[in-house]
Amino acid sequence: MSGKGMNLTLKIWRQKNAQSKGKMETYNVSGISEHMSFLEMLDVLNEQLINEGTEPVAFDHDCREGICGMCSLYINGEAHGPDRGVTTCQLHMRMFNDGDTIYIEPFRAKAFPVVKDLVVDRSAFDRIQHAGGFVSINTSGNTQDANAIPIPKADADKAFDAATCIGCGACVASCKNASAMLYVSAKVSQFALLPQGKIEAKERVLNMVEQMDEEGFGNCTNTGACEVECPKGISLENIARMNREYLSASITKES
Amino acid sequence: MKTSIARKVLMALSGLFLLLFLLQHFLINFLSVISPDSFNEVSHFMGTNPLIQFLMQPILIFGVVFHLGMGIYLERLNKKARNVKYAMNKPGTNSSWMSRNMIYTGLMVMAFLGLHFYDFWIPEITVKYVEGDMSGLLASGEFRYFHELQEKFHDPIRTGLYVVSFVFLMLHLLHGFQSAFQSVGFSHRKYTPIIKKLGNLYAIVIPLGFVFIAIFHYVSHL
Ligand code: HEM
Ligand code: SF4
Ligand code: FES
Repeated sequence: MSGKGMNLTLKIWRQKNAQSKGKMETYNVSGISEHMSFLEMLDVLNEQLINEGTEPVAFDHDCREGICGMCSLYINGEAHGPDRGVTTCQLHMRMFNDGDTIYIEPFRAKAFPVVKDLVVDRSAFDRIQHAGGFVSINTSGNTQDANAIPIPKADADKAFDAATCIGCGACVASCKNASAMLYVSAKVSQFALLPQGKIEAKERVLNMVEQMDEEGFGNCTNTGACEVECPKGISLENIARMNREYLSASITKES
Repeated sequence: MKTSIARKVLMALSGLFLLLFLLQHFLINFLSVISPDSFNEVSHFMGTNPLIQFLMQPILIFGVVFHLGMGIYLERLNKKARNVKYAMNKPGTNSSWMSRNMIYTGLMVMAFLGLHFYDFWIPEITVKYVEGDMSGLLASGEFRYFHELQEKFHDPIRTGLYVVSFVFLMLHLLHGFQSAFQSVGFSHRKYTPIIKKLGNLYAIVIPLGFVFIAIFHYVSHL
């Protein structure tokens, strides 16, 4: 640890449960090392709150290394905070200065209702996946080796890039329309680009978009905020691909 | 019409149609600067050709009304999709002002269209279809179009309103042009950057061109 560490003022959204109203509360933490991650800083706050006999702040997290997509938080007006290409668990306190005031809010969208404090329910994403984000395979024991099917390198790379989406929801949180287009387009693209995914491509895109709309996400207006805030750098090209897939599927789908 | 993507595509198609319309409108107006006679000829043709009057004009009106109505409808849906606002939000760090304010720049353009209809469209319809004068001529025997155009820009306030409106149109198109291509699913490593440049060129040159025409006629009568 270098020096005495930072003193920070935190403005945090507190909400008892889904039904209660909730409001911003102010807390102070001191001695925060610049080497700490943002979530470790919140751990310090929670220990302090527990010692004071008050309810700690609830927030989502799991892997704490940027792979699970569980952490969230809208920090100082940006999803996953001010850094680029990182999740909140990868955000370091060196991005902040001694004496800063930091606003910490849940990801806001009608489709992501607050469960408690900073925890939101992102199961809308799961339901979109269930609507078509998979490849049906025959599991009778004669499954073909996937590597038997040749795939152009460029397609494999694009599919891989799309598949790096961790489903965190930062795209929805950042979008002025709370649109889920970046997430859904990544999930559509990772299959649409590969031969195994092409078989169910039409129903997949139609069903996933229908579910997306049903969940109450907004309509994309191509502001591009999602791409900038996405910790995995998912490209807007995926949204254009989904629009194409959707258009051709709705025109050519039999029955 | 039922899904978000279908609505987006229709929004883009109506926008692209308006972009084409605006280009031809600009080219014809520009004739008024270089050749009043040609401007009169073309205006008379556009104003009396049945295909343009009874096919293109209704399509255009439908296009504008559709784009406006869908724009307002989408804005309402999008407001609902974020029902609780952030206490601290910094949208400027991840998106352009133009992209976030399409509804407002669009509504300003609509307000201008109101004035524009009052200035030119309603008088045209009155002369041609109410009074039944299809000649396009003044009492003096000259074509009336160029004369009417110049008269409108004698007023400095009207000229100023036109100039301000085209600034809003510029802001609208700085985002809208390239956005429309993305909406219909066009995205390409080589061509998308070209479309973005072309869009900026269109969004700046065409509105500034209209501004130039308005100021040209205002100055030329002084
Ligand atoms: C009548 C007043 C107008 C209103 C209220 C309006 C409103 C809107 C709105 C809300 C959008 C959606 C924003 C987005 O998706 O990015 C939009 C997009 C667009 N507008 Fe307008 N607009 C108007 C007039 C115009 C005019 C006169 C033009 C062209 C000359 C135009 C061209 C476009 C284009 C190209 C788009 C992009 C479509 C897309 O993103 O898919 N608009 N407009
Ligand atoms: S597209 Fe990016 S921001 Fe959206 S859920 Fe996937 S990883 Fe998160
Ligand atoms: S906690 Fe797993 S990505 Fe942040």
